Amino acid sequence: MAEAKVAPRPLSPHLQVYRWSWTMAMSIFHRATGTALYFGIALFAIWLVALASGPSAFDAVQWFFGSPIGYLILFGYTWTLMHHMLGGVRHLVWDFGYGMEPAQRINMARFTLVGSIALTVAIWAIAFLVF
Amino acid sequence: MAQFTLPKNSKYTEGKTWPKPDGASNVQEFRIYRWNPDDGANPRIDTYYVDRDDCGPMVLDALLWIKNNVDSTLVFRRSCREGICGSCAMNIMGGNTLACTLGIDDCASDSIKIYPLPHMPVLKDLVPDLTSFFAQHASIQPWLQTETAEPETEWRQTPEERSKLDGLYECILCACCTTSCPSYWWNGDRFLGPAALLQAYRWLIDSRDEATGERLDNLHDPFRLYRCHTIMNCANTCPKGLNPAKAIAEVKKMMVARAV
Repeated sequence: MAEAKVAPRPLSPHLQVYRWSWTMAMSIFHRATGTALYFGIALFAIWLVALASGPSAFDAVQWFFGSPIGYLILFGYTWTLMHHMLGGVRHLVWDFGYGMEPAQRINMARFTLVGSIALTVAIWAIAFLVF
Repeated sequence: MAQFTLPKNSKYTEGKTWPKPDGASNVQEFRIYRWNPDDGANPRIDTYYVDRDDCGPMVLDALLWIKNNVDSTLVFRRSCREGICGSCAMNIMGGNTLACTLGIDDCASDSIKIYPLPHMPVLKDLVPDLTSFFAQHASIQPWLQTETAEPETEWRQTPEERSKLDGLYECILCACCTTSCPSYWWNGDRFLGPAALLQAYRWLIDSRDEATGERLDNLHDPFRLYRCHTIMNCANTCPKGLNPAKAIAEVKKMMVARAV
């Protein structure tokens, strides 16, 4: 008997069609900010290396961090750190089994974004006021 | 490694636009995923028009109306039409749900888009291959396991013990949650997925079951249980209003509790 010819089965669409939700978006953001923090810690390492290398290296790095682009990068780093921190707290709470009901979980995901922006602005406002 | 785009043979194209029903004044557009294993072509999205004045209120009614009046080749699973069999699970307007319990009006869209359950091998049109989904359910051994001698009558349970099964026993294994989970999309061969894990918890928490240790041993694996990253798509999408994410969190807590 002849073998029936079956075409290889396609994979049904997933990311292409799935509706975004706050919890899904903030989960992906948590991943992305976690990855970005590797580069953020590199900034800190560069600053420390420059500090150890002497005044001329330190001045150069300090000049860059003090430039508008440097400020923008540091502002982004602050926000990334705050977002990842609040995301971590959110996941910790969920790991204890709390805050998982429908309205709670959506609000907690929203708070990660709103809270991280608020914290970042507050940190920079304080920094500018004090220094 | 997760592949975020569709394989070449799975990319879908614009399909056929079927004629509007004659003399209908209240028409709803549907955009439906089609794939036929016999023609060797890529999947396509067909456009249909349903006469709302001649059709029931639910999305499943519309699918049946299309099959009866427009295109008899459209393939989908359905049975009970009242949300208890789980057959008509599909992706409607971007979310996984049962076509029989979702109202056409609730979609609130000029063009209702319907796909098979996400990231699954397609058998035909809206019918996914659920073989591995059911195999994963079987792997958690979803039956009562005991060592003590069988009682003369039934296994007894207090009302409090019984109430722990509420929110778990209602699962109809429609696969909406499992196929909504990005972790399952990327690691579905090794991660059990929310439906199987909710069922696992249903037996772990059952006061009559005596295989708790073995059940936890079976789940103690970086992939089977711990690929859940509390993305919560499962809980957001469950058409029965259950919370697989919470059940999984409880299993993780049981793991910790027995380790300390």
